Amino acid sequence: MRTKGWGLKAAALGAILYLHVPIVFVFLYAFTTEEASFRFPPPGLTTRWFAVAWANADIRAALGLSLRVAFVSMIVALILGTLTAGAVWRTKFFGRETLSLFIILPIALPGIITGIALRSAINLVDLPFSFWTIVIGHATFCVAVAYNNVIARLRRTSPSLIEASMDLGARGWQTFRHVLLPQMSSALVTGGMLAFALSFDEIIVTTFTAGNQQTLPIWIFSSLVRPRNRPVTNVVALVVVVLTFVPIALAQRFSRRAEEAT
Amino acid sequence: MASAVLFDNVSKHFAEVVAVDGVDLTIEDGEFFSMLGPSGSGKTTCLRMIAGFERPTSGRLLLRGTDVSGLPPYDRDVNTVFQDYALFPHMTVAENVGYGLMVRKVGQAERRNRVDEALALVHLETLGNRRPAQLSGGQRQRVALARALVNRPSVLLLDEPLGALDLKLRQEMQIELKALQREVGITFIYVTHDQEEALTMSDRLAVFNHGRVEQIGTPADVYESPRNAFVAGFVGVSNVVESAMAARLRGAPEPFTVRPEKITLSDRTVEPPDGTVSVEGTVIEATYLGMYSRYRVDVDGAVLLVASQNLDVDHSEVGAIRGKRVRLFWSERSCRPLAEAADDEKGPRPLTRLGS
Repeated sequence: MRTKGWGLKAAALGAILYLHVPIVFVFLYAFTTEEASFRFPPPGLTTRWFAVAWANADIRAALGLSLRVAFVSMIVALILGTLTAGAVWRTKFFGRETLSLFIILPIALPGIITGIALRSAINLVDLPFSFWTIVIGHATFCVAVAYNNVIARLRRTSPSLIEASMDLGARGWQTFRHVLLPQMSSALVTGGMLAFALSFDEIIVTTFTAGNQQTLPIWIFSSLVRPRNRPVTNVVALVVVVLTFVPIALAQRFSRRAEEAT
Repeated sequence: MASAVLFDNVSKHFAEVVAVDGVDLTIEDGEFFSMLGPSGSGKTTCLRMIAGFERPTSGRLLLRGTDVSGLPPYDRDVNTVFQDYALFPHMTVAENVGYGLMVRKVGQAERRNRVDEALALVHLETLGNRRPAQLSGGQRQRVALARALVNRPSVLLLDEPLGALDLKLRQEMQIELKALQREVGITFIYVTHDQEEALTMSDRLAVFNHGRVEQIGTPADVYESPRNAFVAGFVGVSNVVESAMAARLRGAPEPFTVRPEKITLSDRTVEPPDGTVSVEGTVIEATYLGMYSRYRVDVDGAVLLVASQNLDVDHSEVGAIRGKRVRLFWSERSCRPLAEAADDEKGPRPLTRLGS
C-alpha cells in the first residue's frame, strides 16, 4: 500500500491546491503595492488598502447591509425553522413529509431558479425592492439550514423527556425552558451560524431580489470591472472569507462538542 | 378513605383501534398493584391515562375520589418511572432528582435535603454530580425512581422499568422495589408483560387482554384459579382440558386447567392413588432443564405438558423416556374449573389443549 499510494496522494494534493491556491492569491494581492496589474511576486507589501477600503463609504454601506441582512435572516430562519421542526417532530398531520421536503428544497434548488421565481413573485405583487425583499430571498435557504439542524437534534431526543417533565409538575413554558431549549441549544447555535454565513456571502438570489441595493458580494462583483480597485476588492474578499469562515468553523466545533456530550 | 385509583367503565380509542375497552378497576391505597398482559393489551394505555398523557374516550377515572379525567399531568399527584428512564441528559443526577421540586418552586435548602434523602433511598448518595451518560443501566433506573419519589406522590407508576436490565440485575431490582414500596408506603402501579415479575412483587394483579381485564386477584388466586384459558396460559403455563375429555376423565363436562408441575409422570404399571385423575399417554418430547425436566405427552392426539423435578432421575434417564408409554396422574384438587369458556375469536390459543 505504501508504495502504491503515492499516485493517489499526489492527485489529492493536486486537487486541494487547485481549489485553494487561487484564494491564497486573493489574500496575497490584498497586500500588494501595485494598483492595477498583477506581477508575481508582488513588488512590495502594504496594508494601506485596508484603510482605503474602510474609508470607502460604498463599501461600508455594503458591509453594513450584508451584516444586517445576515443577522435578520438568521433570526427569521431560527424562529420559522424551529417552529416547523417542532411541528414535524411532535405531531402527525396530512402532508407532513411533503412539508419537510419543501422546507429543505431551496438548498438543493439552483440559486438562479429561486432568484427568478422570487423576482416574478415580487413583481407580481408589486412589492418595491427593499431590505426585506433581500431578507425574504435569503430566508428561503436559511430556514432550511435551521430546520435541518433542529429536526436532526429533536429526532435524537426521546419524546418521553417532555412527558417526564410534565409528569414532574412542569407547565408548558417550564418544560420548554428547562428541557426542550437546552436539548436544542447546540442545534440552534450551529444552525444560526450556518444561516448567517450562507446569507452573508450569497450573491445569486440577492441579484434578483436586491434591486439597486448593494450587498458586499454584489459590490465585489461589480468592482471586478474596475481594475483600479483590484487590491481593495481583494481586501473586501478577505473580509468576506473571514466573516463566513469563522461562524462555520465555530458551528462545526460546537456540533462536535454537542455530539460528544450525548 | 377513597381508593387510590378507580377506573369506572373507562374506554380509550385511537382512531378505529380500541385500546382499552370498558375497564373497571379499583386500586387500594398502599397497594403494590401490577397490570400484566401481552403487548397491545391496553395495560400501558391504562397507566398513561392515570399519568394524564392520554384522556379516556369515555368513562371516569378517579384519583382518591376526585375525577381527574380532564386534568393535565402536571396537576396530578402521580409520578412515573419511564421504560427508557427519560432522564434529562443535560442535567446532573442531583438536578434530575430535584427537577420536580425546582419546577414547583420548593426552596433551595429543602430541595437539597429532599434530593439527598431520595438518593439515599436508592443507594446513590455519592453519584449526585454525575451525568446520566456516565451511569450504568441499573444506576439510571435508580435515578429515575428517586426522581419520581422525591415529589412524594400518592401513586407511583412504573412502566416496564426493568425491561432493559439483564436477568440477574432484574431479579435483584424486583426484591429491592418491593422493599422500597413497603418502606415508603406509596401505592405502586406496575406495568409488565413478565408474569414472573408480577407474581414476585404484587399484592394484587390484573391480567389484561384485548383492552379488557380478564381477572383481578392476588398472585396466588390468579395462578391457582385462573378464570379462563387465556389467564391460565398467560400466567405461567397450563394445560386446558376441554369438556369432552373432562367428561371422560372426571365424569363431569366442566372444562378445567391443571398446571404442569401438579402432574406426576410414572410407569404405566403404577396404580394411581385414590383421589387422583389418571390418564395414559406417550412421551413425545423430554427436555432436561437441570432443576427439573419438561415432558410433552400425547394423550389421544392432544398434548399435555408435564414439569417434573429431577428428584431421582439423571440426564440420561430423562432422555430415555422419550417414546415410552407412561401413566399421568394428578390430585383432584389440582383440577381448576374455568369460570369462562375459552374465547376462540379473541386472544391467543392456550398452549395446550386436551380432548376436543
